[in-house]
Parts: sequence; C-alpha cells; structure tokens
Amino acid sequence: MTPIALAFLPLADSAILVAAKEKGFAAQAGIALDLVRTTSWATARDRLVYGQVQGAHMLAPLAIAVTLGLSQHPAALAAPFKLNVNGNALTMSSAFAAALDPDPARRLEDPVATAHDFAAAIGLHHRKPVVGVVHRFSSHALMLRYWLAFAGIDPDRDLLLRVLPPSLMAEALRAGEIDGFFVGEPWGSVAVTAGLAEIVAAGTRIWRRGVDKVLAFREDWLEANPELVDRLLLALSQAADWCDDPANRAALAALLARPDYVGEPAERFLPALTGQIVPRIDSAAVDIPDFVLFGREATGFPWRSQAAWIYSQLVRWGFAAPTPESLRKATGVFRSDIYRRALSAAGLPMPGASMKLEGALEVPLAVGSHRGPITLGPDRFFDGRVFDPEDIEGYLRSLKA
Amino acid sequence: MRIAIVDDSGLRASVLEEGLREAGYDDIHLVTPQGAFVARLERLGPEVVLMDLGSPSRDTLEEMLVVSRALARPIAMFVDQSDETMIGAAIDAGVSAYVVDGLRKERVKAVLDLAIRRFNAFARMQSELEEARTALAERKTIDRAKAILMESRNLSEPDAYALLRTTAMNQGRRIAEVADALITAAGLLGGTP
Repeated sequence: MTPIALAFLPLADSAILVAAKEKGFAAQAGIALDLVRTTSWATARDRLVYGQVQGAHMLAPLAIAVTLGLSQHPAALAAPFKLNVNGNALTMSSAFAAALDPDPARRLEDPVATAHDFAAAIGLHHRKPVVGVVHRFSSHALMLRYWLAFAGIDPDRDLLLRVLPPSLMAEALRAGEIDGFFVGEPWGSVAVTAGLAEIVAAGTRIWRRGVDKVLAFREDWLEANPELVDRLLLALSQAADWCDDPANRAALAALLARPDYVGEPAERFLPALTGQIVPRIDSAAVDIPDFVLFGREATGFPWRSQAAWIYSQLVRWGFAAPTPESLRKATGVFRSDIYRRALSAAGLPMPGASMKLEGALEVPLAVGSHRGPITLGPDRFFDGRVFDPEDIEGYLRSLKA
Repeated sequence: MRIAIVDDSGLRASVLEEGLREAGYDDIHLVTPQGAFVARLERLGPEVVLMDLGSPSRDTLEEMLVVSRALARPIAMFVDQSDETMIGAAIDAGVSAYVVDGLRKERVKAVLDLAIRRFNAFARMQSELEEARTALAERKTIDRAKAILMESRNLSEPDAYALLRTTAMNQGRRIAEVADALITAAGLLGGTP
C-alpha cells in the first residue's frame, strides 16, 4: 500500500475523497488514503504548497491563483481531476429575502428575475448588505459576481463581500454579522433548517455546469509520480460513480455526517445529494436534479476551457493582469492530459477535446469520445452568454458593454 | 516590534505571550478570532501576526491583509521562503506567521522560533493531559470490571485482575477494552454495571 495524504475541507463536495477511502476504492488501487481535515482554504493551500500533504481538495480558482502567485507563496499546482460540478447555494437572511419574490421556488427557477430583485433589495436594505464568501478565489464568489453584475450591481461597491470559512457562516448569520452567504452544501441547508435564512439562488441555475472544486497537486510531485497518480485517479473515478448512484445517497450522507468528515446530521446532506432543495424551512422542496454532480457526464474531466473561464473572471475583477503568460499558466493548471492518460487505459469514455465553448449547450449532447459516447448536460449560463476560450478579449469586452 | 497573537485557545495564546515577554518582547496583543477581530487588528497595526495554522479564521485574516488600507505595507506569510526547514517546523507545529514586508529576517526568525517551541510545548502538554485523563478513565473501568468479577465469580482482587489480563492477552486486546466489554455484558445480563 502506498500512503497518500490529502487535505480536505468539511463540505459535501469532499464526497469523492471520503468514498474513495471508506468504500475501499483507494485500497483496491493499493493506496492508503490519509484524509487530513482542515478548516480553512489557507491551511489546505499551505499544507499542499509546503509538502505536508501530496494533494488537496481545492477551490479551482484558488489552485489557479496560487499558480499565478496571487495567493501567498507562488507554487505551480496541477489539477488532473475535478471533484464536483455545481453544489453551491446563495442563502440570504429571512429579512433580506423578504424583499425578493415571495415564492421561494420562483426565485430559484428564475435567476434573471431574482438578480434584478436582489439589486432592488440592496436599495431597500437598511445598510450595505454583507455577503459571506469562503474565499476571494472561490468558484462561487466568481459566480456571485457574475450573477450580480448582470443586474448592474458592482459587487465591490454595492455590497460588502466578507470572507468566512463555510462552517462558520450560519453562526455569523445568526449573530447578524452577515446578511447571507454563498457556499457549498450542507451549510446553506444548515442555516435554512435553523430557520435563519432562505436559499434564494443555486449555483447550477447561474451556470448549469459550473466548475467548482478540484483535486490539486504540486506539479513537480504529479510529474514525479505518474504511476501512483494514475492509480489514484482510477480509484477516484470509481468513487465518483459510486457517489452519483442514487442507491448510495443514504450511505454517502451517513459517511459525510461522521465527525471526522463534515460532522453535521446525515439528513442535512440529502437536499444536495437528491436535488430536492428546501429553500425555506416551511416550504416544499424544489427539484434541482443537477444541484451537484460527481461522476456523470465525465464530471472529473478538467476542461481547459473552464480554467480559461476562471482566468477571464480573475482578469475581469482585477485580480490578475491579462497576459498571454498568465493565460497559459492558468489553463495549464487543468491537466486534461493526465486525466486522459490515467483513465483511458481503464477503457472509460473520454472526451476527444480539451477545450470547448462553455455555455453553448441548451440540451444534452452526445459528444465525440474515445470508447463510447459521453453525454454532456446543458451548460448554459443564466444570461445566455457563451464563453469562447479562443476569444477571451472579446468576451471581456462584451461583459463590460 | 508589535506582535498580535490570534488564537481561539486562550491558554495557548497565554503560553505564547508569556514566552515572548520572557524573551523581552513587550508590545504583544491577544486577539480572539471572533466578530470584528479584523477591525481590531487594523487598529493595532501589528508588524507580526501569529496565528494557529488550524484556525478556521485564516481565510478571513488573509483577505483582510489583502484589502486593508490600514496596513500600508504588504504582509506575507513567513518571512524567508528559502528557509524551508523553518517553514516545515512551523507548519508541523501548527504556527502560521504573517509578517510586514521589510522587517529584518533575523528579528522575525527569533519570534517564529519561539512561537514554534511554545506551540510544540503546548501540544505536548495537551497530549500529556489527554493521556492522563485516558489513564484515569481506564483505571476506573478496570476497577469496575474487577468488582464485577470478584462478586460474580467469587475471586480475590489479584485473581480478578489476572483473569482480565489473561483474557486481554489471549484476544490481543487491551485490558481496558476487555473490562469495558465485561461491564457492557454485565449490564445487559442485568447485573450491576
């Protein structure tokens, strides 16, 4: 057995790592997985960068930011596997949500209307609303900015974005320090169940196939251990399929509930896993079947175009200077080549390309793939805009207009 | 040099503060990472911030270091990236240090060395305390199991203990585990657990 230590944060989207260890997929691959629970992204990042762990559950934009030298010590990171797609929810205090559409289901189903309502609600609020995000380089912070900007909101001027760890959001809301937050489950549902807040937007309704967490390694370690990486990725892809199988939802929820993983009651994970989102404590569940994806549609495949989208947003909000070098480094973090190397040997269907238009699919599409078809789900952005990785400048110009 | 210690554990913070004071630093401020701690740090304007690596509030602190206008000079984690041994030791000990740019390396190194030693000492103290607690709890369990055996099988105390020990050895388990199982079984069978 080869030992591998991976840092993770207590979130529903650590599911694949937990399942790989607890359901024996890692052991079958000859890997003794040591999962190191950390409570902040900074600590997961430092444990990875300074070599205390070999890999880390990581916000995809953070992996790119570390590589670009935007978050403390620069280090070349590499992400050969996505741990999930979607899975986040914007949860606002009941007081703030009262200014939105009274029907909580309609808020979720119509993100265009809700964005405009949100803009109006900012004006009605007694002060500048404070919205918690888990990191400036988090996927959901970028998605929140994208969504709000559509309705004419300047997130740096009209809101206070406050950084807090996911597990402290509900408490901060209770204490009145924040008016809402955009985080991965189960933390939105925790606040809803406590009667503190309402889920007013789902990440998947902003971008139907939004990039979220990746498994990140140091690039030098990844290159030095190809055989081990291949074994690990195979185990993770089996774990991903196990996590997405509806028959395993209860077992997965029970695993995540354990105190050494997330440590919240198992039923708190079920809304995300079943796609039955309860937006308000007394309301009926809203069916969002693609609330979070683990294995289907080759979720793990790190499309370089998605890294390019993250880069475009880092440039858009002034976090990164637009240079061809930065773009090259950013897209280079997503190692679709390694994914392909590790998993094509196992006969898994594999996308033929590494880049695609993002947001162009209205309906599921079977795409060219080696060994059998892959169906990609609809991946539209809520505003209908399409991201072409070959024309980032044009995309950014169109966002400014 | 103004040093801020951000820590959820008041005890560890005091252990660290005491060490720093003994070493001659006197401008030290303890800050608990709750509520408006960021505003407090901004007012303090420390040159070095020491924080528990495992604290959930590190992302909040780092964000503040990026956006804060009160801290004019950039502040980065650790002072000298070339000193990998030191960084490794700090991470192992669970210390993260944010240092204002321009501070002399040797001055910071002395503080960080001290913080690492104190964090390690504190961790040792905690684990010794934990061991002592466990030992006490296990002794109580074994005493109860002995009492059950003495009463139900009419054994002397040394014989009861010998029986527990032999059983543990045969099963490859710890005496405390066997004692615990015995207490549970006795409870289920209606004895006095």
